[in-house]
Amino acid sequence: MATQQQGEIKYLTPIAVDTKRKKYCRFKKSGIKYIDYKDADFLLKFVNEQGKLLPRRITGTSTKYQRKVAQAVKRARHIALMPYVGDLLK
Amino acid sequence: MLNQYETVFIMTPVLSEEQMKETVEKYQKFLVSKGAEIVHEDHWGLRKLAYPIQKKATGFYHLIEFRAEPSLIREWEVTFKRDERILRFLTVVFDKHMLAYSEKKRAKSKAAKEVTE
Repeated sequence: MATQQQGEIKYLTPIAVDTKRKKYCRFKKSGIKYIDYKDADFLLKFVNEQGKLLPRRITGTSTKYQRKVAQAVKRARHIALMPYVGDLLK
Repeated sequence: MLNQYETVFIMTPVLSEEQMKETVEKYQKFLVSKGAEIVHEDHWGLRKLAYPIQKKATGFYHLIEFRAEPSLIREWEVTFKRDERILRFLTVVFDKHMLAYSEKKRAKSKAAKEVTE
């Protein structure tokens, strides 16, 4: 027992170190060119539970498509498909 | 130069079925009489609004896609503003991506219809 090397611990299964998954732009990846403002269910992915737009930092959307998402959400709000303010959307 | 536009408008839920149809017809006639071409139409029916507009919680949604001269749009929107039966409207110009999207969507729904028939 005393011969066991100190400081070297061996694990049977590698410990789960949270590896950062690379964020990607879902529009670029799946080749979506136009974001429909009439599809409120889809747009719900880009707002928080208060109905506010989520930042790019969280969704990973590219600048180009973030602008389009914002445009679409604003249009959807205008024709009352999405609320301007809300709570517990999700 | 012709542009393609898309207008969504919301009518008050107070209207009866006939009155609603009459309203829709009025706008169709308006477009046709001004030399615009109606490309596509979609009636969504009575829907719940995400927030109340003029103290109404629901409304009849109707969508018209049409090709028209840009100069017509001003007059088109003024008629909506003057109409008490309209709660809200939104007119959007098509760009090339939007055009491709709507054509694809229409082809898809058409195909789905043929399958069910």
